Amino acid sequence: MAHDHGAAGTETGHAEHHGARLDEATGTHTVGHEWDGIEELDTPLPRWWLILFYICIAFALVYVILYPALPGLRGATPGVLGWTSRGALATEIKTADASHAAVRAAIAQTPVEDLIRNPTLQRAAIEGGRAAFKQNCVQCHGAGAAGGKGYPNLNDDDWLWGGDIGAIYQTLQHGIRYPGDDQTRTSLMPSFGRDGILTPAQVQDVVSHVRVISKQDPASASSQRGAVIFAQNCAVCHGANGEGGRTVGAPRLNDAIWLYGGDRASITNTVTNAHAGVMPAWGQRLDPVTIKMLAAYVHSLGGGEATPTVPVAAR
Amino acid sequence: MNAPDPRLMARTDPDPVQLYARRVPVFPRKVDGPFRRFKWAVMALCLIVYWGTPWLRWNRGEWAPHQAVLIDLAHRRFYMFAIEIWPHEFYFVAGLLIMAGIGLFLVTSVVGRAWCGYACPQTVWTDLFQHVDRLIDGDRNAQLRLQKAPWTAGKLARRLLKWAIWLGISFMTGGAWIFYFADAPALQRAFWTGTADPVAYATVGVLTLTTFVLGGFMREQVCVYMCPWPRIQSAMLDEKSLLVTYKHWRGEPRGSLKTAQRHLETGLAPVGDCIDCHQCAAVCPTGIDIREGAQIGCITCGLCIDACDSAMAQVGRPRGLIDYCTLEDATREAHGEADTPVLKTILRPRTLIYFAVWAGIGAGLLFMLGTRTRLTLSVAKDRNPEFVQLSGGAARDGFTVKVRNMEDRPRPVTLTTSGVPGALIYTDDMDEHGARGTLAMSVPADTTLRLRLYMLGPVGTKPGPVLFQLKAGDREQGHDQVRSTFSNAEGNGQ
Repeated sequence: MAHDHGAAGTETGHAEHHGARLDEATGTHTVGHEWDGIEELDTPLPRWWLILFYICIAFALVYVILYPALPGLRGATPGVLGWTSRGALATEIKTADASHAAVRAAIAQTPVEDLIRNPTLQRAAIEGGRAAFKQNCVQCHGAGAAGGKGYPNLNDDDWLWGGDIGAIYQTLQHGIRYPGDDQTRTSLMPSFGRDGILTPAQVQDVVSHVRVISKQDPASASSQRGAVIFAQNCAVCHGANGEGGRTVGAPRLNDAIWLYGGDRASITNTVTNAHAGVMPAWGQRLDPVTIKMLAAYVHSLGGGEATPTVPVAAR
Repeated sequence: MNAPDPRLMARTDPDPVQLYARRVPVFPRKVDGPFRRFKWAVMALCLIVYWGTPWLRWNRGEWAPHQAVLIDLAHRRFYMFAIEIWPHEFYFVAGLLIMAGIGLFLVTSVVGRAWCGYACPQTVWTDLFQHVDRLIDGDRNAQLRLQKAPWTAGKLARRLLKWAIWLGISFMTGGAWIFYFADAPALQRAFWTGTADPVAYATVGVLTLTTFVLGGFMREQVCVYMCPWPRIQSAMLDEKSLLVTYKHWRGEPRGSLKTAQRHLETGLAPVGDCIDCHQCAAVCPTGIDIREGAQIGCITCGLCIDACDSAMAQVGRPRGLIDYCTLEDATREAHGEADTPVLKTILRPRTLIYFAVWAGIGAGLLFMLGTRTRLTLSVAKDRNPEFVQLSGGAARDGFTVKVRNMEDRPRPVTLTTSGVPGALIYTDDMDEHGARGTLAMSVPADTTLRLRLYMLGPVGTKPGPVLFQLKAGDREQGHDQVRSTFSNAEGNGQ
């Protein structure tokens, strides 16, 4: 046994220790080693301590056999248990997925409009959506979903294509002006200036009118001329008073929110060149449950609208 | 190199150098006396407190558990009679731990290693196990004989019986521990029906094993080799700390009654009071001989004092040959001087400073306990986005508000904002048209209510600092307030 061997080793080793002597000051023997006049007192450890040491060695041997341990050129010895940190992570993910399975199944069976009527499912969906948003959406819409120029702020009460949860789901699923999806939301504002539909002077008049209906400027001769041009060219999509049109994603112009800027130069640029923002059809990339969760999350950010009484399909 | 002293070079001891020491078994003899009886009393008190505490009940109404002392890790609550501690109030526990540490310093500087000798769990359980030894195997001599005896069926039976009793005590020790962490009666039912949490069984298993090994087999080895406290204490003791002292000036030279008689008859120098009966060593639970002086193995339990006093009584000599004595008094007594007065020994700057620190922390904790509020408000403003521009021109700021009701009953509260004229608040489950200056709500018992709060600033609202005020609407009238900021397109008012 290892223990007997070790004990015998220390006991037969005394031949080397012929220098051992009794130290007068302490009344303790020295072990016989001496370095430049410095000697070591023999204060023996308890034997069980030595046994613990051998137990540790035995434990280490077993560990080396069972687990990855000895490093080599192409990685460590695998160990007979086949344990890997990656495998442990995979197991943890599997466990987490399994613990989410029930609520995900419930979300899958629930129409998205009903999701927000069930507080438990809604909370689960919002938290799941919060995580998915950080992975997929923040690149354009920002970590706080506040968007930026050309990327809508999802916290506010202004929605291009509708702010009830069904409309948000539709936008997420099929995207906006996304080439690879037949049902994608699509519309195209003409480049009124660049394509010569309006002269530069007419563009300036329209901009004046838009500045008036958004209460940024007082009425002027230019804006009165622009009102006529607006009624002929713009009102069909943006509405007679600039109230916007959600069926074609035409922004409201008589409010305080501007996707591409509300100052004179920005509006001039928009009327001249037009904008056509694109959002991917997430239905092609994410599973339906995740998209429902994202819809619930975006809907919860503060500007979510109530579901209209008419079902989405019948609109 | 200096040549070693030749007197010391000549080793008379033929034993080889031993780097590892064999365990010398300790079989302390039964003893009676005031210190033994005091030890009994402390042991009884410790065990009753340890085993009994989880079963005390304390009515906290319908919203909190009814166990007097409960460390509810699952729900992050610590109940101790009328006191309930939340995780953020952990400084109370930290303060108690610091008090316990300084209390040990104080006790050590006044009465030496009293903790080691009487109250340490290792001491209490070792003592208990040694009583079991004497119950099964008989007193010291019988135990020594049995130790040397060959392994017969009788010895095996005795050993198995003794180990079974040790195991029983160990199981009760490990078993009692878990009742501090869950409702004791319910957990006990679950434990015996096999439906308790695996953690409970694992905890009982580990603590049963450690009690069995540490109390049954390791005993004084824990004090001498494992525990850091004796090492710290040996650095803390000074010449005015109480130690168990063999009064060698009175005891030496040692000699039996027969030797004393012979010396008297032949006119040799008289022997000391020590009759060399070895009773002090025989009763020692750590197996030391106190006559060798103060040492790490001495836990100052005083059993050798009891043993020596009864031996002195038998031979008609005064008690106290071995006694609690400070180093200073030992020196004075050895020179025939009187002891320092007890009060003068105890009341010295060191003990007074320890006591002042200890009592100061205690008074501080009591003050904080008496003045702490059980209703708190915290407000965290959204940083991204700092505000949201709404289509009508108003701005909306988001806040995460936490209302903490630490009472064990629901409380009606109102949340009010002031500082920004015209700004109104509403929660995320309300419509913005319901926004108002004051929100009334009920906070459930023993709960942190987390609110998503919006503040609406109509067109023309000036940004700037906001004061959120929370007020309880019940008789107790608790309140709290927090400063924050309202921002809009004009900035944040700073």
